[in-house]
Amino acid sequence: MSIIIDNDLCEGCGVCLSSCPYGGVEILDEIAVFTEDCNLCGACIEACPINAITLVRAERIENVDKTQYKGVWVIAEHYKNEIHKVAFQLLGKGRELSNALNVNLTLVILGDKFDNKLEEIGEYGADEVIYVKSAILKDYYSDLYVSTLTDLITEYKPEIILIGATPTGRDFAPRVAKRLNAGLTADCTGLDIEEETGNLMQTRPTFGGNIMATIRTPSSRPQMATVRPGTFKADKTTKKKVKIIKIEKEFKEKDTVTKIIKIIARQKEKVNLEDAEIIVTGGRGVGSMEGFKIIEELANVLGAELGGSRVPVELNWLGEDRQVGQTGKTVSPKLYIACGISGAIQHLVGMQNSEIIVAINKDPLAPIFQVAHYGIVGDLHKVVPALIEELKKIKSE
Amino acid sequence: MKIFVCIKQVPGISEVKIDPKTNTLIREGIPSIINPHDKHAIELGLSIKEGYGGEVIAISMGPPQTEQALREVLSMGADKAYLLTDRAFAGADTLATSHTLALAIKKLLKEVDNGEKYIVICGTQAIDGDTAQVGPELAEELGIPQITYVLKFQLKGEDLVVVERVFRTEEVVVIETKLPVLISVLKNINTPRTPSMGGIVKAYQEKEVLFLNSEDLGANKADIGLNGSMTEVWKIFIPQRKGDHLILDGTLEEMISKLVNNLKDDKVL
Repeated sequence: MSIIIDNDLCEGCGVCLSSCPYGGVEILDEIAVFTEDCNLCGACIEACPINAITLVRAERIENVDKTQYKGVWVIAEHYKNEIHKVAFQLLGKGRELSNALNVNLTLVILGDKFDNKLEEIGEYGADEVIYVKSAILKDYYSDLYVSTLTDLITEYKPEIILIGATPTGRDFAPRVAKRLNAGLTADCTGLDIEEETGNLMQTRPTFGGNIMATIRTPSSRPQMATVRPGTFKADKTTKKKVKIIKIEKEFKEKDTVTKIIKIIARQKEKVNLEDAEIIVTGGRGVGSMEGFKIIEELANVLGAELGGSRVPVELNWLGEDRQVGQTGKTVSPKLYIACGISGAIQHLVGMQNSEIIVAINKDPLAPIFQVAHYGIVGDLHKVVPALIEELKKIKSE
Repeated sequence: MKIFVCIKQVPGISEVKIDPKTNTLIREGIPSIINPHDKHAIELGLSIKEGYGGEVIAISMGPPQTEQALREVLSMGADKAYLLTDRAFAGADTLATSHTLALAIKKLLKEVDNGEKYIVICGTQAIDGDTAQVGPELAEELGIPQITYVLKFQLKGEDLVVVERVFRTEEVVVIETKLPVLISVLKNINTPRTPSMGGIVKAYQEKEVLFLNSEDLGANKADIGLNGSMTEVWKIFIPQRKGDHLILDGTLEEMISKLVNNLKDDKVL
């Protein structure tokens, strides 16, 4: 595989230069030239206004018989005997994918005491549940998850495996992928099926969300992807009767090389941005910790959760658990009100799937207005108090 | 004890901006930096050495300019630095990257007394790719346990490792295991030191960054770079923004009342 510039076409305009995240292009004698820093990422190909750049892909040799792999799996994680909600969100997306491929959708759960909780999974669109039961699996053990899942995958051969991008999912997924020599794509925000090939087209933000990359695993199976909580929505409209496959295992503590000593609470206030229906956030424009009082008041009037962009968190106006964006939480509430947030791409990737976005900012050119459904150009210190008054008035009516 | 620390040089992306007119990256003047998480991995490696003895060996895969990053690691106090660089490594996904790093660590372990204990330390994730996959994949290839998202680390006695890892937002889990192990750390674990003047001088005058290519590692061409990658980038694009961009106008009262009415119609109020 190599990247080629058509020297006859290239005018040395330099657009490729500014599109390259690696600094891997130079303009020499009015022609673009790739340097050794080029990582073949292809960002310049899309950017080039005259299509002078092409990527020559090598023929890929299929390393497995792809036709043997069928079905879409979602791996559930759980805590205190409750299934993590990201599993239901993945079933929502998984149903779409399995419909497109005309295959079964399976939820895989490794745990204990889930016998009475499996029927309800049909409400989320699953056709089947594989339940590996063992007392020790009430807790998460990296090595037991990896060995159990690789065994199951080798036996059942699913073509797609979706996993929540949580500290648990991101712990076992790469290790399973490595053991199976399977492609794994992290933090996907879009998943689609390529019609002719059945390949999973996995779109994810990269470079802090400045660039989106669509990634595929063309010659190998299974195709594994992790997805952050809050990216997709659970769908309870299809009610299926689930087939339950229960596998009892006799794991002992000596079967794992790591030992859990205890689980302790982190000293933090509890914030739940991911589940909030309404979120009110503030950014640099709020100006001070003091200034956040009106943002908080707006949140209170709306019964909303309070959040912010990176700047107020870095300046300690807000706790880091309230940060929305690439390095914080990904949220998709019904209503998102951004006050004094300019809308750096790192923030936008964390909130742009919200149903309705309201932006209040004094700079009419702020990028936040491009994703907003309703925008008010004005000083938030005037607009927000006026909005609070109006909302209070409605409440009292 | 051998203390391997894997680092990555990344563009300092928090400074990357998009030109709103051309919808392209403004890359000018973006410095290349050591991935922020990795600095905490180096700090942990150095503090283990200070407490228990051993040798801190930094390893990075990247283009030749990554040497700068490794010099910085040496100036912080690492003993040795290896740069895995070869055109054949380009375009590697996390599988191929972890394989290349594993080859280097295995090679370096072979060169020492086999009984020597070792630990591998990584940052949880890099700010450019953000995958958090290389650490666990490297541990798998080395055949050692992994503990990711580590907030606290303790080495007790000969080889007992006790760590706290983030389990959920609200909780951490305390885990015990034995060396060798791969640890991937979060930023809260420590505060990375700033290189001293003496450290900087040493890094340039007394220490070396050793370059290893695919041949030095005995790598099979099919397992590295793009060839060794199961995933391939099909398309890269700058995201298009959606939204109705309805900018409300009028006096403050009018704008507020339009907003509230619209939100009522949308049934979000």
